[in-house]
Amino acid sequence: MLSSQIKSNEIVFGSCNKDLLEEIIFYGIGLGADFVEIFVENTDNASVLAEEDFITSVSPSFGRGAGIRIFKEKKDGFVSTNDLTKHGLMRSVSQAIEMLDITDNKREVFNGLNKHRDYSLSKKKWINEVPSIHEISEKLLVSTKSLKKNNKIITRKGSYSRNLQEIIIASSDGTYVSDIRLHQTVGLNVIASDAQYRSSGSRRFGSSGMPNEFRLWEHEKAANDVFESSMNMLYADYVDAGQMPVVLANKFGGVIFHEACGHLLETTQIERGTTPFENKLNEKIAHESVTAIDEGISEGSFGSLSVDDEGMEPEKSVLIKDGILKKFISDRAGELRTGHKRTGSGRRQNYSFAAASRMRNTYIAKGEHSKEDLINSISEGLYCKSMGGGSVGATGQFNFAVEEGYLIKNGKLTSPVKGATLIGEAKEVMPKISMCGNDLELAPGFCGSISGSVNVTVGQPHIKVDSITVGGR
Amino acid sequence: MNSREITTQISKAADFLNLKKWDYGASFSNDYSVQVDKGEAKQLKASQKQILTIRVWNQSNLVGITTTSDISESGIKKALKQANIASDFGNKNESTEFSPLAKDPIKVKEVKKTNPVGIKKLLTVLREAEVKLIESHESIKSVPYNGLSESFFERVYANSEGAFRSYSTSQAALYLYARAEEKNKKPRSSGSVKLGYGADDIDIESCIKEASNKTISHLNYSSIKTDKYLICFSPESFLTIINAFSSMFNARSIIDGVSLSNKNSIGEKLSTEALNIYDDGLHEKNISSTPFDGEGTPTKRLCLINRGRIENFIHSESTARIFKTTPTGHAGLGSKVSVSPDWIVVEKSEENIDLKTSLDHSTYDGEFVYIEELNAIHAGVRASQGSFSLPFDGWLYKNGKKISIESATVAGDIKYLLKNIVNIESSQEVTTSGISPHIWVDELSITGDA
Repeated sequence: MLSSQIKSNEIVFGSCNKDLLEEIIFYGIGLGADFVEIFVENTDNASVLAEEDFITSVSPSFGRGAGIRIFKEKKDGFVSTNDLTKHGLMRSVSQAIEMLDITDNKREVFNGLNKHRDYSLSKKKWINEVPSIHEISEKLLVSTKSLKKNNKIITRKGSYSRNLQEIIIASSDGTYVSDIRLHQTVGLNVIASDAQYRSSGSRRFGSSGMPNEFRLWEHEKAANDVFESSMNMLYADYVDAGQMPVVLANKFGGVIFHEACGHLLETTQIERGTTPFENKLNEKIAHESVTAIDEGISEGSFGSLSVDDEGMEPEKSVLIKDGILKKFISDRAGELRTGHKRTGSGRRQNYSFAAASRMRNTYIAKGEHSKEDLINSISEGLYCKSMGGGSVGATGQFNFAVEEGYLIKNGKLTSPVKGATLIGEAKEVMPKISMCGNDLELAPGFCGSISGSVNVTVGQPHIKVDSITVGGR
Repeated sequence: MNSREITTQISKAADFLNLKKWDYGASFSNDYSVQVDKGEAKQLKASQKQILTIRVWNQSNLVGITTTSDISESGIKKALKQANIASDFGNKNESTEFSPLAKDPIKVKEVKKTNPVGIKKLLTVLREAEVKLIESHESIKSVPYNGLSESFFERVYANSEGAFRSYSTSQAALYLYARAEEKNKKPRSSGSVKLGYGADDIDIESCIKEASNKTISHLNYSSIKTDKYLICFSPESFLTIINAFSSMFNARSIIDGVSLSNKNSIGEKLSTEALNIYDDGLHEKNISSTPFDGEGTPTKRLCLINRGRIENFIHSESTARIFKTTPTGHAGLGSKVSVSPDWIVVEKSEENIDLKTSLDHSTYDGEFVYIEELNAIHAGVRASQGSFSLPFDGWLYKNGKKISIESATVAGDIKYLLKNIVNIESSQEVTTSGISPHIWVDELSITGDA
């Protein structure tokens, strides 16, 4: 007998696992499940940290595991394991069936897996094409060296991270998919200090599916940007708190839309009853200048996917068109529980999370104004050049730190200010986005939510918010 | 493989690869959790996880590391090989060694042994809790964020010089966040979290009561005027602030230049003499207690602030060597060993004559802002600069009345905050992150939209 004809009793990456996967799914359906999904992954990751002029950390990691999800009506049970043997996977199915207390005799039909959709064929070489640790280290050291522009810079850091994820998805609706995903990020951080004054600056860059991208990264330009930001903010005064118009810069400025509005358009929020937009489809929820998109198809963008974590190809979803709510971001459970069609947005951090409706590349579409038009339209306000992180509370209130801000006076940018926080509620702020610039740009980020931390892109052109609460001192 | 067998396997594989010096940390866990939605099971989860982190020292005594979830014979061999390759890039500027305390005796707390109650029992308990919480007040319409989980895990540390430590324990957690809605008002939400060694051990009734009381207490809300206020921090919110700025006591952060302190800060006066702060991972109330850190160093109680002055820093093996002291049991195993606090205990010292003891959150009838919970810590704290600007849940006490504050932030500087502590109440409260009394601070900026 040829070795390739021997049926494996364990998932083997790079081989055909169809028989084993079908056997596991048949087993779950036979026990009364309405739907069975198997998600298997194999990872090969590495990260490198350069501090000052030394490499201080090199962290490779690898692992494998499976997540098995069983649906019975609208309930689901999810079991994750590191045991990829037939026995281990069947035990996980049994555990999920038992958790759901499935005892009825009604049987769904499973007709076997469809033809294998293999998105990984052209990607198998990536692991050999990504930069070596040596190459990464050299470039990071050059980049931290180029941050050393004066003696006020007291801390310099450069970091790189690479995640290579090989996945197999099989489910009882016939889905049978394989893919390889590659994400790379690189970041620079500085702390500047002079007597009692301190400031910091940071920038992060990221790509998906582009093994050569780190080599093309313009580290000198990035270092100049980070340095300039920290110097501009070093002697900045604290901003005075109050209500005022603001201009949010493009790129990472889009984090506010992502956090404050995007999450409220995920079907998980409808399931929980925590979105004010639940019954607002085809109604106006934003200013007519706002069109917002979530998609997973922009080549190389950090949130792009060939296929989502439930085996569906991602689509371009126009969420808001000229201020009118057009669509929610939906996954399998979202479709089952809310009726909104799947959008190829079922995502998870890894095998130990069940997929959920999550954003991918999310941005406000470009408008017709220049950045100067927006600033010139404000007599007193705030320009938020660089945003920090933020959060959204259970009732939709959001708070975001402004990393680099400038006062606007009589239509001109004036002094830098620190300590600003933007506070508001999506429902109230969205109608106040009255002008959108023509300079749409995207920025990578990580989004943490119900199914773990996933790679996303946020973005927008410069936008003007007519009035928002700015926290300060 | 159990932890002894894994140690033997690593030792054999290291011999085979001619790696003389190695250590490893591992964790193995079985977790079970449930969520409900209006009486129905929403998601039921079980997971079995194993994580192994191996470090090896090469002939130049440089360290390399690898982390894996593959604890098969081949997985262990691959991890050792990868760690050995990574050691070529080991930090030449700062060496790492075994902790000199990795074989010292450890104190293991006596805790009640619990067994898994099972998903069905978790589900029944959570369903009942959800119903009770919704029935507790007519305005509470749902409990959108809820969960009950139990976790059973083992932590292991071993090295090539014969150190071996293993600790098994369990933990359960219940969280209930209710949403209240009233006509012509914004929805309000609040909740409660309770921990225990097992699901049977959790005080479910008090979690329901606390979530209900907190949510209802925010129903009548108002905006607050931007100004400086006298603030009373709840035990939970004060611990949040101290943890957020714990880099002040962290030797790793000091070496990295991201702390407000420096090597000479021991003895620096930060606050009123009435303030003592300890890190006490072994405290009897700390459910998440572990008797050793990632390098095998025993966990211990350490005074961080004594009578308002910095008394000690927390250390790993390498930072302790640089500071010419001993490791304190706060290391996390990694390519670059991290250092972090375990469980903060805030106390009033005996030197407390300068305190304004009339400030008591339950009796004081002047105007003040009570901060119940601070939010968005990751976004609003600049630990390296000492500044913070944080949204919070709380109330304004004025003219004998208390009203929930809608959408506001508190901003300031940690050193200013510590210097402006005007009272430390006598009675301490246990929270999920430590123990603290209520702390009063004068003149902090609040931004509201009134």
